[in-house]
Amino acid sequence: MRGKPASSVTAAGVVLRADGAKTIVELHGDWTVETVGRMDATLRDVEESVAPGDIVIDLSDLGLIDTAGAYIIGRVTRRCSEPDGDFHFIGEHPTARRLIEEVRARTTICPAEDEAGYGFGPALARIGAGIEAVLREALDTFAFLGKTIMTGFRTLANPQRLRLTPTIWAMEEVGVNAMPIIAVLSFFIGAVVAYMGANLLQTLGFSVFTVELVGIAVLREFGVLITAIMLAGRSDSAFTAQIGSMKMQQEIDAMRVLGLDPFEALVLPRVIACVLMAPLLTFGAMIAGIFGGMIVAWSAQDISPTLFIARFHQELPWDHFLVGMSKAPVFGLVVAIIGCRQGMMVSGDVESLGRRVTASVVQSIFAVIVLEAMFAMMYLELGI
Amino acid sequence: MSDDILISVRGLRTAFGRHVVHENLDLDIRRGEIMGLVGGSGTGKTVLLNSILGLKEPDGGDILFNGRRFSQMTALERLKVNSRWGVLFQNGALFTSLTVLENVMAPLREHIDMPPALMEEIAGMKIGLSGLAPDVGDRYPSELSGGMRKRVALARALALDPEILFLDEPTAGLDPIGAAAFDSLILELSQALGLTVLMITHDLDSLHAICDRVAVLADKRVAAVAPIEALLRNPHPWIQEYFHGPRGRAALAGKES
Repeated sequence: MRGKPASSVTAAGVVLRADGAKTIVELHGDWTVETVGRMDATLRDVEESVAPGDIVIDLSDLGLIDTAGAYIIGRVTRRCSEPDGDFHFIGEHPTARRLIEEVRARTTICPAEDEAGYGFGPALARIGAGIEAVLREALDTFAFLGKTIMTGFRTLANPQRLRLTPTIWAMEEVGVNAMPIIAVLSFFIGAVVAYMGANLLQTLGFSVFTVELVGIAVLREFGVLITAIMLAGRSDSAFTAQIGSMKMQQEIDAMRVLGLDPFEALVLPRVIACVLMAPLLTFGAMIAGIFGGMIVAWSAQDISPTLFIARFHQELPWDHFLVGMSKAPVFGLVVAIIGCRQGMMVSGDVESLGRRVTASVVQSIFAVIVLEAMFAMMYLELGI
Repeated sequence: MSDDILISVRGLRTAFGRHVVHENLDLDIRRGEIMGLVGGSGTGKTVLLNSILGLKEPDGGDILFNGRRFSQMTALERLKVNSRWGVLFQNGALFTSLTVLENVMAPLREHIDMPPALMEEIAGMKIGLSGLAPDVGDRYPSELSGGMRKRVALARALALDPEILFLDEPTAGLDPIGAAAFDSLILELSQALGLTVLMITHDLDSLHAICDRVAVLADKRVAAVAPIEALLRNPHPWIQEYFHGPRGRAALAGKES
């Protein structure tokens, strides 16, 4: 309790005085949350060096006191093992005794046990836990994929169950709205590839091979890779955030109770949209990339667009285009599955939403790159 | 009763666009009392609280704390005054990324210079004071039940030993037993620590059990401030409806029995 306004804080202090076998602890000034920090060390010394029965607390010069002050005074005469050690006061104070007893009655002061968090053993345990988490994540993602595919088959058998409006909405969101940024990025990638090639090939006198370089790089790899990475960064994070915030608001639970299958209503439209739009976006990215390469070839190497296109037709088989396009729906599927799964994994708090969005983007880009490498090996072995 | 007035609201006007919530609202809160604030949904109880807390600038009128006008204080003085206040928001408003102990330590860490070990002990003491077991400290708010979260929020509100405690629907969503326990906790704390309490509540039992006076928000202003026995005789139609409706009668009967 504050008898006086807080502005009249007087300097707090503690004086120790020996009186026979007893140690008298004189309290001076105001013992409030602002001031008790300075007395902590002194009182701890008393607590450690003097037996609780020999401590007498002199309240006569005590000013204001609040619960923090009451706690630190009460602590002196308490021991963890004997929570109700003897109490000795001298001097009068209007509120101090009551407050100290109130605080004592409601608290325990046993120090918390430290958790083992350092050293070699826990480090190994963390590594093990990390590896287990990675494997579990991978397994769960496959389970999610399976569940989505089953939902897809059920919908195929019963096509009027397909949510057409959400699917079209997702296609617009994932496809149409992403086209400009993907085209611009791909344009620049095509231009960069052409520049790199121009420098190198010109010294050898084969500058016309820039056409093949741009064509193969953009058709086989960059078109689809740019698309997949943009999908991961743009749509996948949006999926996680949308589904995750619905999960936080218990909307998903409400859907389940109302007999709506969240896989059918939320996951399937997004997966269909991604699988269908990824090839279209990839096609757009290829056109933009080749255009970028063509512009650079024209301006830096005097390869006219007519020559560029003629050579493109003549030298590049359709295989490259088909290889690139064949990867697009796979990447779309992977990105959508990871985004939706992470959204479903969000738990009650804001923290987990942030963690899941991050995990979703990281995992989907990781998966895309790994798949890209596997495709490259596969097509190499097939000789395409 | 003493006329030692801690907070007074004078001629407060609050409006959202053309929608006027408060018009010429006056309210005095005495030092050491527990004041209940009631009113129908949409009468601006939380808005009034936010105006007093300084979260919303009033569109007119002024709020005085210890006789000093908020409008004439500098931002620094305002911050100092606010650090002497404890607030329990409607949904707890705990920081989800921090553990319970860290939540309670947050105001200490910000405003007070003391050894970290002592800070933890004091935060643990506050958690005990608000009626929770000490082992709750290591858990995260999302792992707690609604009632426990309210208690943690109370512990955080009490962290700096405030002079005045603002509670926004502290017992909403609690079961009757938990609500009664929370009420007696607030009463006990306010007596032991000499707290002034302003609580928004719809809980008629709380009003009967612990409030010294009750302020009624109606017609864009405070229609009445009085101890609850006096309010029961107030002829204002909304007050009659509120306290003498079926629920009001039940609460009254519960108190008398």
